[in-house]
Formats: sequence, C-alpha cells, structure tokens
Amino acid sequence: MEKFEKLHGIAAPMPLVNIDTDMIIPKVFLKSIQRTGFGANLFDEMRFNRDGTEIPDFVLNKPQYRNAEILVAGDNFGCGSSREHAPWAIADFGIKCVISTSFADIFFNNCFKNGILPIVLPQEQVDILMGDAEKGENARMTVDLEAQEITTSDGQVIPFDVDAFKKHCLLEGLDDIGLTMEKKGAIDAFEAQAEQARPWV
Amino acid sequence: MSAKTLYDKIWDAHVAHEAEDGTCLLYIDRHLVHEVTSPQAFEGLRMTGRKVHAPDKTIAVPDHNVPTTAGREDPAQMTEESRIQVEALDKNAKEFGVHYYPVSDVRQGIVHIVGPEQGWTLPGMTVVCGDSHTATHGAFGALAHGIGTSEVEHVLATQTLIQKKSKNMKVEITGKLKPGVTAKDITLAVIGETGTAGGTGYVIEYCGEAIRDLSMEGRMTVCNMAIEGGARAGLIAPDETTFEYVKGRPHAPKGAQWEAALAWWKTLYTDEGAHFDKVITLKGEDIQPVVTWGTSPEDVLPITAVVPSPSDFEGGKVDAAARSIDYMGLTPGQKLTDIEIDTVFIGSCTNGRIEDLRAVAEIVKGKKIKDGMRAMIVPGSGLVRAQAEEEGLSDIFEAAGFEWRLAGCSMCLAMNPDQLAENERCASTSNRNFEGRQGYKGRTHLVSPAMAAAAALTGHLTDVRDMI
Repeated sequence: MEKFEKLHGIAAPMPLVNIDTDMIIPKVFLKSIQRTGFGANLFDEMRFNRDGTEIPDFVLNKPQYRNAEILVAGDNFGCGSSREHAPWAIADFGIKCVISTSFADIFFNNCFKNGILPIVLPQEQVDILMGDAEKGENARMTVDLEAQEITTSDGQVIPFDVDAFKKHCLLEGLDDIGLTMEKKGAIDAFEAQAEQARPWV
Repeated sequence: MSAKTLYDKIWDAHVAHEAEDGTCLLYIDRHLVHEVTSPQAFEGLRMTGRKVHAPDKTIAVPDHNVPTTAGREDPAQMTEESRIQVEALDKNAKEFGVHYYPVSDVRQGIVHIVGPEQGWTLPGMTVVCGDSHTATHGAFGALAHGIGTSEVEHVLATQTLIQKKSKNMKVEITGKLKPGVTAKDITLAVIGETGTAGGTGYVIEYCGEAIRDLSMEGRMTVCNMAIEGGARAGLIAPDETTFEYVKGRPHAPKGAQWEAALAWWKTLYTDEGAHFDKVITLKGEDIQPVVTWGTSPEDVLPITAVVPSPSDFEGGKVDAAARSIDYMGLTPGQKLTDIEIDTVFIGSCTNGRIEDLRAVAEIVKGKKIKDGMRAMIVPGSGLVRAQAEEEGLSDIFEAAGFEWRLAGCSMCLAMNPDQLAENERCASTSNRNFEGRQGYKGRTHLVSPAMAAAAALTGHLTDVRDMI
C-alpha cells in the first residue's frame, strides 16, 4: 500500500446524507476480478447520463472539482454493502481523504486498507469544511495525518482523532497480512487451545 | 467476575492476541465466500505465495451473479463478466481446497441461507463473509459480520481479523406481535426508529418476548438487517429454538461433541446487570406492517400512513427526502396504499427461506396476481426450492401467476439478469431500497413476504391485515 503523505488539495463538497455504496460504485461495475480501473465509474449514476455524457451539475464534473483529492460529505457516508470496490473507485479517481460526521463501519475499515483516510468530525466542523470546499479550486485544504490536523484555505486549524494503529499503518503504507503473520505464534497457540475447548468447531 | 453481555462472551472466547492499544486479532471460526468479493483476495494469495490457513473452515458458494432461470448450467445465460467471476470461484475453490457448492449442486444458494442450512453456522462462533448481510448468522448467537475484500484475503491467509471491540447496544421488543406483523416488520421498524446510522459502532443484541417467540428463520430476518441499522452485527442469544434448528444438520456436532457444544452454548446469554451503552425498546403490539417510501432503509412508515413531505424532516434529511420522493415518483400526502406496483420480488437472504414462502402461499392460495403484474419468487437455496415443491407451494405460486425461479441473490441486487427497468416500481422482500439497487432508476418498496404477496394480488401497496 502507498504511504499516506501530507495532503494539500482541492476538497469537493457532497452534502447529501446517506451516500451509499450503490451510489459510489453501482453493482454493474462489480464484475471485474481486478482491483483497479474503478475510478472511471465512481458515482456513475450521479455523474453520467445513460448515454455516457456527463451530468454537468454533479460536483466532480464541475471544472473546479475535477481534480479533487478530498471529499467533504454528509452523514453516514458509505452505508450499504461491504464492497471494497467503493474505496477502490474512490482511490482510483484520486481521492485520498473523506470527511464526514459518520461513516458506515465496513466502508470505514475498507478505506484504511486502500490508503484512504476517513475523518470523523462533529457537525459544526464538517459545516466549516463544507463551506470551505464550496469555495472551489482556489480553496485548498491541508490534511496532515502525522499532526492530526486539517487546515482550511483561510488558515483555520481543525484537529481530528484517528486510531493509533491505523494511523501508523497508513503513514508507513504497511500490509496488514504481513503484520499479522508476525504473530503466527499467538494464532497457533490460540488454535491449539480452541481445539481443546471447542473441538466441534 | 463482572457481568458480561453475550457479545462480550463471544468476543472474549475468540481473542488470539491483544495489543496494548486494544487492537485485537480475532480468530474466525467460519469464513463464507462468494464470487463477487473474493477473486481479488485469492489473486492476492497467489501473488504472495500464501495458502488458505484453514480451508476446512472456509465455505464457498456462487450466488450474486447466477441466473435463476431454467437451463442456467449453460454459460451462455450469463454475461461474459459474470461467467468469468463464477468460473474464477470454481477454480479458486478447487485450487485452495475449500468447501464448495457449485451452481450444479442442489445445496447451492445464497451464502447466508446455505451456511445455516448446512449447519456451518453454530452458536458462539465468529462468522465472516465479504458481504454485509453476514449479520444474518447472528440469529444463532454467533458474532457475524461483513468484511471487505482486503479482509477476506486477511482471513484466508491468517484465519484472523484485526479488530477493535464495538460497543454494546440492546434492542428489546416486548410483548406479542399482532396478526399480519412479521420479523421483517420488526427489523424495519427498528431501523425506522434508530436511523441507518443508529447502530454505527455497536453490536446489537435483540431480545424480549417478541424476539424469543420468533422461529430461527424469523430471527435470521431480524439480524440480517442489523447492517441497515448501521450495526457491525446483530445477535440473539441461543435457546431451545436454536438448538432444535441446529441439531442433525450436516455439519452440526454429533454424539458426545453435541453434548459438549450444548453445554457451552447454554452459557451464551447476557448476564444479569451487564452494561449496554445504548438501549432501544419497542412494544411488539405497537409494530404495524410497514413499507419503505424512500431510498434509504430508514424511510419506514406503517402501511396506513401517507408519503411524507421534506418539511417533515430536519438537517441534511430535508434534501435527502426531497431527492428520494422525486426519485421514487411520489407525491407528499399520497396514501401509501394508493401506490401502484409493477413488479413483486420475493426472495433474498432476508426473506428467501421456507417460512417466507409459506407466508406468501397462505395469501395467494387459490387467487391470481393482478393482470400485467410481473411477480417472481426466488428461493434462497436449492433445498428451499425442493422443499417448497414437496409441500406443493410452487404449484400454488404458478397457479397464481408467479414465476418460480432457481436459487440465487437475483433481483435483491440485480447483478444477474433479474433487474428492474427504468421507473419500474417493485414491492420487494429484500433489504435495500437504494437508488438503482434493483436496476437503473428502478423504484423499490421494502416489505414483508406477506405484504409483497398482498401487493401482487391487488396491484398496489396493500395492508395485508385486510386479507387475513
């Protein structure tokens, strides 16, 4: 996984609440057996007409947001399915950070596996960032994971929380499986004990 | 020792390693796999030269893509991409040596129906699958939740998941349900109460008399939609109903192992005085047959209500409601029972079991569906289909005008050819009413099987209580 570097980029506002995984990547695009190439269909039904032409009103089709690297979104972003195709599509498009008041649990975890930082903030602070994002491409936000701070285009600093282990993995671009395999002894010991305690499993 | 919840007990029995910051390696007893979220995970193993750590605890079945029409063994019935995914699962299951139910096997079906049916799912287990509706298995008092593809690969390689513990939430349904009210109405009513983010960060334990009174199949329906309430998992403490259901299933323990298992399972309940971080209580007798009007599962109302107005809501939900009402082609103030339906879909991991089909048969027996209505019944597994045929239910369905299909996920998520057309309106026993979920610009109203059956007969959303 790529390391999460300090991010200085355009933020796109998506104030709609309950943006679900079917909106992020409709199921017709889940048929690939690859992990790449989903960005072209990110938010497909909101972004394109049936004939493939762009819907000009959709935020990521507006000239000032086409290169957005941050999304500021409404409550409960990523609800719905477990499909990792959702964060794959987001990352493939070039978005590295999503900010909301809340995220669906599975989506939230999936983000960290793909170098995306999901940030949870209280409503008032999301409102400030949504306002900043609405200023367009001149309003570049800075997301500093190391310092756990977001800096708005006018210099306002908003601190955020992140799980220490997840932060470490993102900053270093670590592979979870490799880390877990280092604990093989603990897993083997657990299996031996569980085999005694619950042999029917 | 301090009092523990059911979740605490199952969690504690599965922690293989705990770091100082509370990050745990949770051991996984059962890993269920389907064709859509697994190919990249198996490919990851291949690229790193890793094996499946516990193939005996890994069960694979294709369900999302498979056609549900006769003659589906013919690959020409699938799109090229679907066929490639199903064939990839065939190949991966064989190469990595995991248990497998191919399309040609009568036991094939929706992964969350096959697991319990075959006795893979047992009380006190940890169960994961690359599918959010893994919550279904919580009905057995198993800690069961959906995971992404990276986590699928992690479980395949290590049989563990990196997890932090969730908080405990109790959802109690007191008293008795009224006639015409089902497990589906309970689970939708709870989401209507809490919202789709109400359970975020929690594992829910459902309890109370109305839950105890449910069959295992009803309990699976309730837990299945814990995810729509935002919870990581839903749980119901195992009891005699559970043990009775599990006993004798192909992969359930037998003989002395059954006795040992039973002794442990009987300790799986929430201790008196255990702490819950959040508690919701609903009265069973207050729950009515419900229907969704919008494009979020929290958009729930009793069938006797009217389409709401955006101004009935607050905050971000005002715009979301306006968008939903427009997408769904409805008018605020319109009676829900006046909404005309084009299609009825009965099936899915929420409501594709034998009792669901019996509930439908009871309503439609000797009657005909509305002229011009498209109505399909998709059993959750080949065995559910066989049983329905043996009980004569399929004859009732076909005489009434329903299409009687083969097992799969079908129109619940419309990855196979079963899809809604633009603006087509469906009464569906599935679990999600998102925009485009059942087909591009398709419109979904979530209901119980009995309510879906009623709508098929009348051609509009209907209060099933008027028919019983």
